[in-house]
Amino acid sequence: MIEVIATGPQNTVQDLGRPDHRHIGVAVAGAMDSLALRTGNLMLGNAPGAAALEVQTFPLQVRFSEDGVIALTGADCRATLDGRDLLPWWALPVRAGQVLELRHPRKQARGYLCVAGGIKVPQVMGSSSTALRGGFGGLQGRPLQAGDRLVAGAARPCALPASGFGVQPPAQALAAAFPLDADGCLPLRAVPAGEAAWFADDLPRFWAQAWKISPQSNRTGYRLAGEPIQAQDSREMRSYGLVPGVVQVPPGGEPIVQLSDANTAGGYPKVAGVIEADLWRLGQAAIGSRIRFVEATPREAIAAEAALQAYLLDVQRLVESAA
Amino acid sequence: MNQTLQAARPLAAYLAEPAARVSLIGARAYLLEAPGELNLEAQRRIWALSQTLLTRSDIETTVPGMTNLLVLFRQIPPEPAPVIEELQGLWRCADPLQRSGRTHEIAVCYGGEHAIDLPAVCDRSGLSDREVVRRHHQARYSVFAVASAPGFGYLGGLDPAIYMPRKQVPSLHMLKGMVTIGGMQSGIAVLDGPNGWNAIGFADTVMFDAHAPQPALLAPGDTVCFLPERIEL
Repeated sequence: MIEVIATGPQNTVQDLGRPDHRHIGVAVAGAMDSLALRTGNLMLGNAPGAAALEVQTFPLQVRFSEDGVIALTGADCRATLDGRDLLPWWALPVRAGQVLELRHPRKQARGYLCVAGGIKVPQVMGSSSTALRGGFGGLQGRPLQAGDRLVAGAARPCALPASGFGVQPPAQALAAAFPLDADGCLPLRAVPAGEAAWFADDLPRFWAQAWKISPQSNRTGYRLAGEPIQAQDSREMRSYGLVPGVVQVPPGGEPIVQLSDANTAGGYPKVAGVIEADLWRLGQAAIGSRIRFVEATPREAIAAEAALQAYLLDVQRLVESAA
Repeated sequence: MNQTLQAARPLAAYLAEPAARVSLIGARAYLLEAPGELNLEAQRRIWALSQTLLTRSDIETTVPGMTNLLVLFRQIPPEPAPVIEELQGLWRCADPLQRSGRTHEIAVCYGGEHAIDLPAVCDRSGLSDREVVRRHHQARYSVFAVASAPGFGYLGGLDPAIYMPRKQVPSLHMLKGMVTIGGMQSGIAVLDGPNGWNAIGFADTVMFDAHAPQPALLAPGDTVCFLPERIEL
């Protein structure tokens, strides 16, 4: 249903990942902003984890070869359909022959193009997500390229106004539960991890400073630039299982936040772990932007998770009332 | 896989053992680290603990590492303290799980163009290249865990004489198939790209096939023997 006319180098098919194969070393993968993916799918009547295109390099230009329904979520990619501006967080019908373009977002990092029925690719180990380093999943384990044709799965019929409909972006709807600093710095709630005490006098600096997301950042992880923190303990650690959100500190002292495509185990000291409910925001943090870590408790993580669920429920109700 | 429990460890062993260290990664994942040495006995207890926990409905999955276990709960536990205490208690009661896994004989070309770190291993150990290679292929290795990258087996059983710490700065252009030493572990690289382990040879064996019913060749409890197919020194 979609023909790729032009694409940046690192755009992939993603769903919610393959969490059940960590025990054989397989990264979870999946959308960096899972909230945008879930929301786009709900807007289309898809299962929340249906596969979509994650667009993080621009421009992306696609032509629809059939009529269908799409939803655009995540970063505002200043989308146009046949040259006409589209609103972000919007679902709308498209006609065969129409051309959609996503352009570099002014804020945030990743746009999601969801289609009614989901993007249909062969499932590998239970998921449609592309594992770029492993070279499997998605479209033959590789990023999109010009000339690719993507097929949508069977869609539930949905009666949509010709102009489509939109939802309030979570950054606005959830501003109270997920605030932004006045200067634009992104606060991320994190729980202290096993080796936090190793950083001794440097630990307050880990929490206090604004870290800049360095250009050596991708779906595997973000490298942070700032005033380094040094572990006072140099024991060689035994490799341990890890989850996306873990903040590790390699010998250079500048932290790495492991994300969707992270290895399933590692050996660097870990200073903190970002709560899962905040990872969608990190997935939208652009290179060069600044983040800081805010010490949080599991109870605060539960409250943040509840706010996300309430948002998704609101979207679901809106879609049902429109149908 | 044929699995049996060994006779329970003596009571004194339980009493003498310090508590396992348990820490959080985020709010939903708990990492239990066994006290004491990195050895197969401790790893067998990790396997036992993992097996016990996987039967519980409140646990989504576990990821065994090197004498440690990451435990991922389905829901965020509101208070860490009781969870930590419970995991420590379960560790105390975990008896070694014997796994009679498969034995893999993996042909290796030692030395040659891919053995980029063999000189460094010789320097550190004071052994000749021939002796380093001999000690590496004469050992029988146990697969402690399959983790990090798809199908990557952490192999325990390295001769301590050829211990070689991981590099401070990873080498960028490591190749899939390189036979490596990382600290007291050995392993066969499964991906091209940055890797901090030390390469002493190369094995042309498919370790992982994403489309196979059993994607990973190695499983915890398996035995690996390296067969020196060629030695180029």
